[in-house]
Amino acid sequence: MSDIYSNPIGHWVVIAVAMTLLLFVVLTATAYTVWFERVALGRIQRRPGPNRVGPFGLMQLAADGVKLAFKESFVPEKTDKVLYVAAPAIAVAAAFLAWAVIPIGLWYNVQYWIADVNVGILVVFAVSALNVYAIVIGGYASNNKYSLLGGLRSAAQLISYEMSLGLALVPTFMIVGSLRLRDIVEYTVHWGPYVGPIPLIILTPVGFIIYLISAVAETNRAPFDLPEAEQELIGGFLTEYSGLKFVMYYLAEYVNMITVSALAALLFFGGWFLWVVPPVFAFLLKVVLFLFLYIWLRGTFPRLRYDMLMRLGWKVLLPLAMLNVIVTAIILVAVEG
Amino acid sequence: MPDKDKPPEARPEHPTPLRGRDEGVPAKPEGQGTSIAADIGALTKGLRTTLGEFFSPPVTLEYPEEKTPRSERYRGRHYLRRYDNGLERCIGCELCAAACPVGCILVIAAENTEENRISPGERYAKTYEINMLRCIFCGYCEEACPVQAIVLGPEYELSDTSREKFIYTKEKLLEPLPPDVQARLDAKK
Repeated sequence: MSDIYSNPIGHWVVIAVAMTLLLFVVLTATAYTVWFERVALGRIQRRPGPNRVGPFGLMQLAADGVKLAFKESFVPEKTDKVLYVAAPAIAVAAAFLAWAVIPIGLWYNVQYWIADVNVGILVVFAVSALNVYAIVIGGYASNNKYSLLGGLRSAAQLISYEMSLGLALVPTFMIVGSLRLRDIVEYTVHWGPYVGPIPLIILTPVGFIIYLISAVAETNRAPFDLPEAEQELIGGFLTEYSGLKFVMYYLAEYVNMITVSALAALLFFGGWFLWVVPPVFAFLLKVVLFLFLYIWLRGTFPRLRYDMLMRLGWKVLLPLAMLNVIVTAIILVAVEG
Repeated sequence: MPDKDKPPEARPEHPTPLRGRDEGVPAKPEGQGTSIAADIGALTKGLRTTLGEFFSPPVTLEYPEEKTPRSERYRGRHYLRRYDNGLERCIGCELCAAACPVGCILVIAAENTEENRISPGERYAKTYEINMLRCIFCGYCEEACPVQAIVLGPEYELSDTSREKFIYTKEKLLEPLPPDVQARLDAKK
């Protein structure tokens, strides 16, 4: 089976098939993430959530998708038409690109991922940083003050939290010594009788907490959903979008949510290793648990005020992340000499 | 019109004066200072609460299938009642129409004859119509009726597709005949 990867034609066939499959898997996963979120939020609020379309409401997203697809695709007056249409496309493209390098699992020598890049995590950050362009451009092009404010907020928020997000992961790289996601997952320790992979959260607990908070802010999810705070900004950068363009932003938000959940599972919880659970299912289980955590946070905490958001980002998370890097470096030198 | 010559009166003091940030905010109780541990404790308490709610059964009813119970005295859609022998109770006295505060009841009475006996009284309601769009379900008609002919039932799902359908006619309001009377009438035919 592993011969197929070294065969030049077979390699490309595998890549093409994997890309197609991944597109469908991620799209389906996104749809069911939305369903999961609506049901989980409903349960938190002591109501059943969507349960009318199909068994357990599982076809709800198909119904919503059809409804949104048949909406009129309008472009408001006096907008920058090219940018207005391009912005949601950037959001979706950036969201899906990250999945090119995210490894889902290694099962019986079959690689469940598209590209095993040696700077995988940097690629993920590079493309997910494009999301801010989608929001800022969408907000600017809409010719609407609420959209513009949402876009500006988003720019400030994403720039603030991206640094903590990156710095939170530096200790992980220092310990593992590689940026390749597979290496991070397969990081092996020799602790007495135990030889094998460990969830890296044991070694970088502070990094995990910073990552978790920053990731919520990066994906514009509650309680950091200031760019689209509907009570004050009508819908932020989404105000002027409807129909399929709205779907694209919506899709991107949920793909990003799955991406950060997957990264959390990969970087801190041992990716596809989980006792006797088969690799791909172990990974899925961890991602679902993280998705639930994000939904749980959304169902619990009220939105932060803008100055609170900035204070948390710059005065708490960033210094903490830097301190985390320095302390980890000192410990590493002390342990390894 | 405000008097222009009079100097404007000083504005009364606002009951809740504007204040700066953290100024006049009641101090936190002792032992729950602004320490990080207390903040994290508050956050986890919130998370615990929502998780507890998550695992509790929903409090909502799935409406079209499940319904909340009606009180026995609930005032919903009207009915025109009959006696056990099948005769209509309504004697066409129009007291309900007189009692109705919105005037949504129309009664046109006609004389009972030996061949055509509709009600035990002298007269009966030839036309009995209620405009349900006007009705406020106060129940005064029920109170005014001397023979308990008009009553308000428990049904409250009265939506329909046109305004005309909300004029409830006598056929719609009248109770069906008792089964034994209906059987006798069927046998006669």
